[in-house]
Amino acid sequence: MAVADITSPSEEIQETSSPSSGWGRKLLIAIPYIWLLIFFLAPFVIVLKISLSDVILARPPYFPNFDISEGWQGLLAMLQAFDLENYVWLTEDTLYLNSYLSSLRIASISTLLTLAIGYPIAYAMAKAPKEWRATLLMLVILPFWTSFLIRVYAWIGILKKEGFLNYFLLWTGIIDEPLMILNTDTAIYIGIVYSYLPFMVLPLYAVLEKLDISLLEAATDLGCSPLKAFWVITLPLSLSGVWAGCFLVFIPAVGEFVIPDILGGSSTIMIGKTLWVEFFSNRDWPVASAVAILLLLMLILPIILFQKQQEKQAEASQ
Amino acid sequence: MTRFNWFNTTTLTLGFAFLYLPIILLMIYSFNESRLVTVWAGFSTKWYQSVFFNESFINAAWVTLRVGFISASVATVLGTMAALVLNRAGPFHGKTLFTGMIYAPMVMPEVITGLSLLLLFVSLDFTRGFWTVTLAHITFSMCYAAVVVSARLVTFERSLEEAALDLGCTRFSAFMQVTLPIIFPAILAAWLLAFTLSLDDLVIASFASGPGATTLPMKIYSQVRVGVSPEINALSSILISVVAVGVVTASLVTKQAQVKRMKEERLAISSN
Repeated sequence: MAVADITSPSEEIQETSSPSSGWGRKLLIAIPYIWLLIFFLAPFVIVLKISLSDVILARPPYFPNFDISEGWQGLLAMLQAFDLENYVWLTEDTLYLNSYLSSLRIASISTLLTLAIGYPIAYAMAKAPKEWRATLLMLVILPFWTSFLIRVYAWIGILKKEGFLNYFLLWTGIIDEPLMILNTDTAIYIGIVYSYLPFMVLPLYAVLEKLDISLLEAATDLGCSPLKAFWVITLPLSLSGVWAGCFLVFIPAVGEFVIPDILGGSSTIMIGKTLWVEFFSNRDWPVASAVAILLLLMLILPIILFQKQQEKQAEASQ
Repeated sequence: MTRFNWFNTTTLTLGFAFLYLPIILLMIYSFNESRLVTVWAGFSTKWYQSVFFNESFINAAWVTLRVGFISASVATVLGTMAALVLNRAGPFHGKTLFTGMIYAPMVMPEVITGLSLLLLFVSLDFTRGFWTVTLAHITFSMCYAAVVVSARLVTFERSLEEAALDLGCTRFSAFMQVTLPIIFPAILAAWLLAFTLSLDDLVIASFASGPGATTLPMKIYSQVRVGVSPEINALSSILISVVAVGVVTASLVTKQAQVKRMKEERLAISSN
């Protein structure tokens, strides 16, 4: 009897808080669901379809008159017409392979650089006086709100041959001749680190701020040097933040277009830029689609790893 | 541990100098008299004047603001619905796919999102322009809005909703009278995020837009490719100032509202 008394109200609450029927609930689910199916999932199916189509068949006479009904006439005929021609083409021209490889290389190096710069910042923020932390956090987030394009553009004036950096370095006498930084890979690294630094600092800060200080105190009491205490306690405990930050920088950096286009030179090819050129300059839609599909495949593994890591963290925090 | 030591002070100073110096330099030199961007030739506001008299800038700004306003508003509604589905609707068929579709656009490279949306618009025979950009922006910013609202719903004291239901509220009126006021700061933050995302976006807009609808980032991009110009510096400074003032004000206001709400929430629970 007592058991029944305890269980029955909670059952009632369960029932009311998640009703299994009711058109209101169905509508609530249906509207965003259908929106995402139409504007997020369907486009990928189309990209996949076009990437498998013949170059001539799928090339529209420019934008408006592309007629997909050809494909619907006979689904079977369409499926038979599909081939991997565009993908074969991607393997034949070394431009694409080089784009993928150099995107991975540039994204990896910039991610490590961002980590090296972001970690001390996040650490210092977490160790700052409590009343300062909200302000510091705001200062890190604020650039994220301001235009990405403008922040990248601001570096042109700094990095170019007669820019601020060279002016400053010449003035201090560190260098005798202006450095060529703009239009090199170095400029791309600087641009990526600068643009994605908040993505690295925020997850690191979230972990480091929660770190139990008594652990460090215990380590010091037991004779650990501060450096060793950092190495055996702080760093391992902040690894989840390190992973989250690295994924958040690496994934968008691989497909980055604006930074290599504005700061990088013509010799640096990245896959985002290649796709853009393929699409806007060469107007080769099937090849652009194939490039997109391969880029997606390349990113699926890091995205899944990231998702898994986030889930694990969510479970741990519960 | 509660005071700055020299290491932390140096790190933070250098870190924030790195984050802010480029923007500050850009803003200072937008007041430069000379067309040469790095040589200071005296104070002048002439570049600001030329921005305001440049009709193509004004037109692009107008397009951008309209796209931003419409897309942020629709995206906030859809995003709030999606957040409710994620946190309140219980299990249903295809929830995993739904969750995936909410989180995927945020990590998707912009070039892919842009290309895929464009191919959709073309195959649906939509004329590309203002509305296609708006649709594209709604789609990617609704996911951010969903995450922002979702974060608030997770920490939300559910017993308040349950109390309202026990007291005879319908689910809809419980939502309107209890849930909505409490999550309102998050909804406002979601709108603001959606709006600035739309304001900033270059890549997706370039794919989704047509001849008639050039947004401000597209306009800036076409000028930036030619090189640094003081006019763009002035325009950029205006944009940055507007966004910075807006964000700081909004965050102060919502923080205050949040503190007040939390107090009320706690009071309601403790008096229960």
